[in-house]
Amino acid sequence: MRAAVLSFPGSNCDQDLVWATQQVAGGCAEIVPATATTLSGFDVVMIPGGFSYGDYLRSGAIASVAPVMTAVRHFADAGGFVMGICNGFQILTAAGLLPGSLQSNTQLDFVCAPTSLKVENVRTPFTNRFAPGTTITLPIAHGEGNYYADAGTIAELEAHGQVVFRYRENPNGSVHDIAGITNRAGNVLGMMPHPERAVESLLGGTDGLGVFTSLLAATKEATYASR
Amino acid sequence: MFKAVINVNYKPSVLDPQAEAIHKALGRLGDDNIATVMVGKYFELTLNAPTIEAANDQVERICDQLLANVNMETYRFTVTPLQGATA
Repeated sequence: MRAAVLSFPGSNCDQDLVWATQQVAGGCAEIVPATATTLSGFDVVMIPGGFSYGDYLRSGAIASVAPVMTAVRHFADAGGFVMGICNGFQILTAAGLLPGSLQSNTQLDFVCAPTSLKVENVRTPFTNRFAPGTTITLPIAHGEGNYYADAGTIAELEAHGQVVFRYRENPNGSVHDIAGITNRAGNVLGMMPHPERAVESLLGGTDGLGVFTSLLAATKEATYASR
Repeated sequence: MFKAVINVNYKPSVLDPQAEAIHKALGRLGDDNIATVMVGKYFELTLNAPTIEAANDQVERICDQLLANVNMETYRFTVTPLQGATA
């Protein structure tokens, strides 16, 4: 796996993603600035958490039109694996690469706590190393993680197994307790919880590691398939 | 030159936690007769465009692409010629 970890002004989880991918999971990762115009040579794109462009206008809105996002769009259209975490999820919805949007938590608090999640779909490039029906614990840290989409969109997501992570106890008002979704094709994931902050027992848990080992397995498979 | 005045608001179907909080705070002030609260964003742009129709089209595109999240928000705008300026 050779992952491009995007970095926008105000991103603050980019180094954590590099660490989790490289030092812990054993893949390769490289920081790619928001001004980049190509993603060739990479087989995964990771969009980190943080407050890109200060969350001005709406979270993710300014980043969604940054130069690198044209390349991300092409990368995703070609079937490349794209994972947006927290602000990365907000950017992917703002860019229209994932349906719906993230609005302010209903209680208006910034929530920062370990959260129990059900892995709803293990047939994705991001979750293939989890056992079906597993419950995992990952930290959340967001003020705008309240997933919203209209009823028709939610029905579509549910019907096609696109709800990948669901909160056991809803921390922010998300419809259907949604914590993470993929696009219809399954190659683009957005999630509010932070798997990269749960990859070493020293930091409180390793439940997030499965996301990175799943991507390692999926990229390996994709490489063989293309030969 | 034209001036565009744009308002962006949540769709009525979307619960706005910020508006809810303000509504409750108004109640605490004793203003318990407030029926609804709506919070939105206000933008003013000045732009060069050949005609008012072109300016309208451009502002609509800008709203759709960036200023509003059409998934949750609606917008309305007016475009007027700037006094003392020529198109």
